[in-house]
Amino acid sequence: MSDYLVQFNNISKFFGKVIALKDVTMRLKKGEIMCLLGDNGAGKSTLIKTLAGVHKPDEGEIIFEDNKIVFDSPKDALDIGIGTVYQDLALVPLMSVTRNFFMGREPQKGIPFLKTFDVEKANKIAADRMGQIGIDVRDPSQAVGTMSGGERQCLAISRAIYFGAKVLVLDEPTSALGVHQASMVLKYIVKAASEGLAVILITHNVHHAYPVGNSFTVLNRGKSMGTFQKKDISREKLLSMMAGGEELDKLEVELQEMDRIHNKN
Amino acid sequence: MSLKSKSISSKSSLNEDERLKKISPLRVLLNRPELGALGGSILVFIFFGIVAGDTGMFSAYGMLNFLDVSANLGIIAIAAAMLMIGGEFDLSIGSMIGFAGICIAIPAIYWGWPLWMSIVFAFAMAVLVGYFNGLMVVKTGLPSFIVTLAMLFILRGLTLAITRLITGRTQVPGLRVLIEDDPLAWLFATDTFKWLFTWLGSLKLIELRTDGTPLATGIPPSVIWFIALTLFATWILMKTRYGNWIFASGGDKVGATNVGVPVGRVKISLFIGTAVASTIFACIQVLDAGSADTMRGTLKELEAIAAAVVGGCLLTGGYGSAIGAAFGAIIFGTVSMGIFYTDVDTDWFKVFLGAMMLIAVVFNNYIRKKVTESK
Repeated sequence: MSDYLVQFNNISKFFGKVIALKDVTMRLKKGEIMCLLGDNGAGKSTLIKTLAGVHKPDEGEIIFEDNKIVFDSPKDALDIGIGTVYQDLALVPLMSVTRNFFMGREPQKGIPFLKTFDVEKANKIAADRMGQIGIDVRDPSQAVGTMSGGERQCLAISRAIYFGAKVLVLDEPTSALGVHQASMVLKYIVKAASEGLAVILITHNVHHAYPVGNSFTVLNRGKSMGTFQKKDISREKLLSMMAGGEELDKLEVELQEMDRIHNKN
Repeated sequence: MSLKSKSISSKSSLNEDERLKKISPLRVLLNRPELGALGGSILVFIFFGIVAGDTGMFSAYGMLNFLDVSANLGIIAIAAAMLMIGGEFDLSIGSMIGFAGICIAIPAIYWGWPLWMSIVFAFAMAVLVGYFNGLMVVKTGLPSFIVTLAMLFILRGLTLAITRLITGRTQVPGLRVLIEDDPLAWLFATDTFKWLFTWLGSLKLIELRTDGTPLATGIPPSVIWFIALTLFATWILMKTRYGNWIFASGGDKVGATNVGVPVGRVKISLFIGTAVASTIFACIQVLDAGSADTMRGTLKELEAIAAAVVGGCLLTGGYGSAIGAAFGAIIFGTVSMGIFYTDVDTDWFKVFLGAMMLIAVVFNNYIRKKVTESK
């Protein structure tokens, strides 16, 4: 029995002549948050879709709890416990919190052929779950459209966990959020990991990733530039690896300068 | 690890930061999709109560009259509303009504089928047409507007061509004699609660004919179907898993698919629903008139959609209600009949219909913004 909950070994994916991913390896333990960093076009989306069972890898293997797994559909990935929260969250703004939470997996009651959607039970579970992460949903029948971006992200994550995710794959969960909302989501991610989930956090924002991550995998042009434990790498090193950027180094200097001026005032 | 414990302990501050505004009960009510149509219905009744209160419009006979018209429209409006909530349109409703009519009449009159068999045949054809519409929309990804517009022409053309080919005419009369003793036709052709009307008549509480029998003899079948379908559709939408799938399919097709909703199957079943509702409409009207007409149902699809929109359905899907559509149908039915009792020329009805729909769309649009807007 290995230490790892899930292993993605030497995953490659080709689209015709295009090498979208080449030899990407990621291994996660329970309770670990691995941040997958990469600039636009680095292959993050392809990797997510491969993890979620949308694409089949052309090379490499996925090992979950020491068993080799082949996904034929996103449902297979869901069934073994890989829950993916896409950037669009799969939430319908016009529908209520409860109806979104249980979308596609509504609890039912009653006799066969006349089964009804157990709205009371669903309301209670949804309100409980949201309460656990500090979001007070007074009325779980309120539309999701009335919630803030951070709350929606938390709802989507909470839903994935409730429906049995052991590995959470989060696609840019903080990209559309302000600082405050982003920190709320990040706190929740840390809490989820502390309860034993493995989390793959996909982002291009090192400043969001660094405080919460235990390890960091950097993706550049479809290839992994390695996985680093937090103690082995600094935030600055990660940043420059992501885009190989003198450009960003310069930006950093400028930002520090701005910070300095700001602090003086 | 210190980071983790810190984040959990700071949960309470999260509560304070997440300001949640209180929503008044009025706002909750305003967010219900059927509110506009309910309010509209009340306004319409008040209006005719004042303008035509003493004309017999609100006698038992008068009321059954406009309820019958409302109910007929309501039957198709409810199915159209469910399809709209599921994110699609069906413009072939009117043509399906005409087509279903001849599917009943031609086998029964020209091929010697028993009436019940012709009715079953018509429903089977409806399922086929609905399935085809749904399959085309789901598989090709084309807008349902185009697919069903094509079906509008195809079905109307088929109806006319087949009828003229077989009968040499555009009408098929002679059904009335077949209704009696038929094991199925009574479902669409029987007035109910006759005892109630006889009783009320004997008490002289409702208008009587010169021979002493009541002028209104019973509740027409359309009204019973209308009420039953409204309740059934509302139950499905609000109380079942399938209902949640309808909202999800119309609200966000991709998202719904990602969480495991069988969007394709949901949409196909809703298209079958509109075709079947059209056939119920056709059964009631054909058996009532005793004849099928190739032009029956013309433009009904637009009235059904108008009623659904007035009832609070969004054109973009994912929002609406069956009760709303029912009230939308009541508004149109009441005005179209009520206008006869006033001095207003009936030509103005369509002006009203258009204006009503425009107001409804503007109102719905505003409601949607209110519902979806972020804090």
